[in-house]
Amino acid sequence: MVITSVLARGQTVARSGLSTAVEKPLETVLAVVGLLIAGDFVVALLVTGGLGFAEVGQLAKNGLMRGLVIGLAGVGLSMTYSILNFANFSHGDYITFGAFAGWGVTYLVAGFGEADWTNLLLVGAGGGVYGAQLGISITGTPLAVVVGLVLAGATTAGLALLVDRGIYKSMRDAGGIPLLITSVGVAFALRYVIALSYNQSVRGTTSTDIPTYQLPAIDGTIGVNAHDLVVLASAVALMLGVHFLLQRTKLGKAMRAMADNEDLALVTGIPTERVVTWTWVVGGALTGVSGFLLVLWRETINFRIGWVLLLLVFSAVILGGIGSIYGAIFGGVIIGLTLELSQIWIPTDFARASAFALMIVILLVRPKGLFAGRSTA
Amino acid sequence: MTTADPTVEDSEDEPTLKLEVETAELSAVPLRVEDLEKRFGGITAVDGASFEVERGTITGLIGPNGAGKSTTFNCITGFHRPDAGSVYFDDEDVTGRAPHELARAGLVRTFQIARELGEMTVMENMMLAPKNQSGETLWRSVLPGTRDGVRDQETVNLERTWRTLEFFELDHLWNEQAGNLSGGQRKLLEMARVLMTDPKVVLLDEPLAGVNPSLEARLLEHLHELADRGYTFLLVEHDMDVIMEHCEHVIVMHQGKVLAEGEPAAIRDNEEVIDAYLGEDV
Amino acid sequence: MSSGEPAEADPLDRLRDSDVTLIVGGLAALYLAYVLVGIVAGLSPRGIFATITQLTLLITIYAMLTLALNLHWGYTGLFNIGIVGFMAVGGYTFLMVTMPVAEPAARSAGGLGLPFVVGLVGAVVAAALLGFVVGLPSLRLRADYLAITTIAMSEIVRYFYQSNAFQEVELGGILLGTGGGSGLVGGYTTPFDTYVYDAGWFEGVVEFVDTTFQISGTLGPNIETLFDALVLVVVVVGFYWLLKRTGESPFGRVLKAIREDEDVAGALGKDTGRFKMKSFMLGCALMGLAGALYVFFQLGNTVNPTVFRPRLTFFVWVALILGGAGSNTGSVLGAALFVGVLFRGPLYLKNAIENLVEFPDAPDTVAGGLSGFLSLDPVPFIAFLFDNMGSLRIILLGVVLIVLMKRRPQGLLGHRTETAAAVPLVPVETATPSSVAGSDGAEATDGGRVDTGQVDNEGVDGGGEGS
Ligand SMILES: Nc1ncnc2c1ncn2[C@@H]1O[C@H](COP(=O)(O)OP(=O)(O)OP(=O)(O)O)[C@@H](O)[C@H]1O
Ligand SMILES: [Mg+2]
Repeated sequence: MVITSVLARGQTVARSGLSTAVEKPLETVLAVVGLLIAGDFVVALLVTGGLGFAEVGQLAKNGLMRGLVIGLAGVGLSMTYSILNFANFSHGDYITFGAFAGWGVTYLVAGFGEADWTNLLLVGAGGGVYGAQLGISITGTPLAVVVGLVLAGATTAGLALLVDRGIYKSMRDAGGIPLLITSVGVAFALRYVIALSYNQSVRGTTSTDIPTYQLPAIDGTIGVNAHDLVVLASAVALMLGVHFLLQRTKLGKAMRAMADNEDLALVTGIPTERVVTWTWVVGGALTGVSGFLLVLWRETINFRIGWVLLLLVFSAVILGGIGSIYGAIFGGVIIGLTLELSQIWIPTDFARASAFALMIVILLVRPKGLFAGRSTA
Repeated sequence: MTTADPTVEDSEDEPTLKLEVETAELSAVPLRVEDLEKRFGGITAVDGASFEVERGTITGLIGPNGAGKSTTFNCITGFHRPDAGSVYFDDEDVTGRAPHELARAGLVRTFQIARELGEMTVMENMMLAPKNQSGETLWRSVLPGTRDGVRDQETVNLERTWRTLEFFELDHLWNEQAGNLSGGQRKLLEMARVLMTDPKVVLLDEPLAGVNPSLEARLLEHLHELADRGYTFLLVEHDMDVIMEHCEHVIVMHQGKVLAEGEPAAIRDNEEVIDAYLGEDV
Repeated sequence: MSSGEPAEADPLDRLRDSDVTLIVGGLAALYLAYVLVGIVAGLSPRGIFATITQLTLLITIYAMLTLALNLHWGYTGLFNIGIVGFMAVGGYTFLMVTMPVAEPAARSAGGLGLPFVVGLVGAVVAAALLGFVVGLPSLRLRADYLAITTIAMSEIVRYFYQSNAFQEVELGGILLGTGGGSGLVGGYTTPFDTYVYDAGWFEGVVEFVDTTFQISGTLGPNIETLFDALVLVVVVVGFYWLLKRTGESPFGRVLKAIREDEDVAGALGKDTGRFKMKSFMLGCALMGLAGALYVFFQLGNTVNPTVFRPRLTFFVWVALILGGAGSNTGSVLGAALFVGVLFRGPLYLKNAIENLVEFPDAPDTVAGGLSGFLSLDPVPFIAFLFDNMGSLRIILLGVVLIVLMKRRPQGLLGHRTETAAAVPLVPVETATPSSVAGSDGAEATDGGRVDTGQVDNEGVDGGGEGS
């Protein structure tokens, strides 16, 4: 009796498993691939020893850092995507703008009196001034870094607002696609205004001497430097701040309402233009800060860092679900980890390709993202 | 009226005869709906509706706002997948089929809010509709050898389009972008377009809103002619006079269910129906 | 050009509205401007000639891409921003098919050693297949999701070609490969070398031109470019013909309907998924062909992955929006304007002005330029901008795109209606006079286009009191 009922249950399970496999072939294949990778990972780590804990840990730490920066930029993108209903292709260049504006201030504070102030403000565009020479780091020049970080956010918020007033405001009813195309124009113009102002060279921004701590991992150590900690702390603090803003304040509630349904928000008397303004301010500030942190973390700057990051930010946002704040952060971390950990299996050339592939897959099987239905929460 | 008859495919080919052969193959009940259910989140828009539509009739589908009439249309024509229940077209279960498959089989609909193809001319809107256009195959349209055939078919369709436009009094707008039409004109265009597909069963969702009375009368007369020839119509209409005067059979929906059905006179006197309308403040 | 025009239409209007006139006129104006600027600035005739031939070459490539994109976006409403990915596949496939088979001892990859035309066919087929693979799951997505999917796909394609992993791949005893980061160099004798550039007749032409114009040195290379450009002009005419026929047909009508409202097309019995896929694959195939021709004619039969950055995709978009999405004529004109005015224009102008006036040394940074304003001297700033014309033109391009989207989203040519039908959609003379009251036959047949958004509502809403 027991046996037959177990058998019967097993059969139904098998049958339902089979029928889902038939109904959703793509999902099934993906699940199988995912399991294989996970299995291989565990076997290599624990059984064959083909992978070291320290090695994986280092990759994971790098992935987390990258992911937090991408996630932070993603929160900004996600907010404007859901509240204003368009994919902003100039978002990447907002990141770049924040990075240059913030680092200009950092240079100025750190190197005041040591070099021509205009050259400092232009992040050494005139040549002869480098971050290493100014000894910039969170421990060496804490004030410069903090002031730069804050101003990166402030100036980018200002820029985002300015662009909105000058360009997007009169296009509110134009629909998502015309706005998207317009934002491509903004992206080109902004990127090359930056190139014109700060020039096109790649330059180092930080001191070569940043305090590093070695965290013990079973078979070695994982290096974590002070700037990793700054990225971690800033990202976590800002995310908590956004969470508080959205959950606890009237403005945040209005934003969530608008993300859900703009027409409804209009009817219920939420002052939408004010919400739009704050969306750009908050989103822009987070984006600018993410640009600053990106440069702090990777230690170099150039006029295309944001543009190159843009698709990864989109990936994060789509992965988490457009409009979801936690989704963006979660998506960012997943993308960051994918970029780094994929190196275990495939050549580094394909790290980005694998992140994009992940995004495409999510778009196909779960276009609402992993955090679907919880917009701006 | 025969000169302006829009549904005659080719006047030289004795179309009436052809049509009768076609309709003879049709079931007496070309459209049947059983226990149809459709939910949107918490709302049950259609809640176990069942009804039949007989061949050659103009059947009215009425009910207060939000009764689920449009949702029923959407479920029948494949725009929504019903959560439960079945749709039978010509005695065949067609539940969940794609709209284009149903339309090709002869089950078509119009939309409550007219959906004109805004940046296409009225003429292009109409020319889109005919079935079996050989030129819809890419290579036939492009290759020099086959394009002549496509052209011939276009000429035939064009003539029919023109006569239909004349009948619907849209001919003066022939070269206008459909997006520039008035609300009433759009409804007319939509109805004219759908008749160009040689349908068997036509679901019309408030097709007469915004149409002037004299044209409305002529259109209804035309529907009767078509019904007599074997076409079947399911008509959603809020104007009770139209329903009473022109429908052989009336189905009343209320809160997603079929509340009553029968002859117009019986429906008019049905207490439940009156209550349903009064309760909804219509 | 106005031969055989029916008498009733205003011939001037007809001429203005004729597509060929528009394209030829637009190009002529562009070339004239180039020549005039060159003459005024005292550029050498050889320089002007070289500029114009190269300009033509680039315009033709962009025209092909814009026409293909117009099929996607202008006709079908498919938001493809992965153009460069299809080009890359076309370009690489072309070279990998046509390059000679690698010697057994060779250290770098060769190709399949197949004829030139097979290479082009390969490019078309490969790009169409990629279109199929990308389109199969993604064409049902929302426009913005399709956009992100296609651009991500194009980046994946670029990383694929950039990677060293497929630099050399042994396939059935043949050493194939993408060349990785350094790309591929054709380096073989093409049919063009054999039958044109190195052929006696061509050398004769060059000699004739050289002796006629008596310019120091030979114009040979420039005449080669001119020849290439003319070949590509023929290809553009082919693209135009194909796409015009595609658009002006029942097939094109369904595409337009899908663009306007996919549900309506479905409700009328059109299998929209199939139509979208056909349109997408055809456009992708053409992009692949354009990619192959780009590699062969513009890049000198070499290819490397950095060519296929996403900005090229957006350039094509700017060209399409400039000319007016939905119009094949607009696409060609848009490509010409984009290349001639926005892309190459600023650099040519810079060249010309430098030939005319001696600019003071430009400051290194924008700060140096701006500081001039302190002493009310704009020259350093202007010199700085001038010195950075390469960046400035991209800024200009972005601004033009923004202004277009705000002021004239329908493009410079406006809502040109390229009627989607294989026969002219004009009123039919019905044998019996219309029995329908209220319709105004005379007015309907005069062929006048209604330009305003105003429609006379008479006859329907107005109750037809007028009649
Ligand atoms: N796509 C949808 N999503 C959510 N709810 C819907 C949707 N479509 C319809 N509904 C709801 O389903 C119910 C039935 O709507 P339906 O449009 O079918 O009514 P109707 O009888 O056509 O009304 P009317 O006479 O106003 O056209 C309504 O409460 C409506 O709000
Ligand atoms: Mg309704």
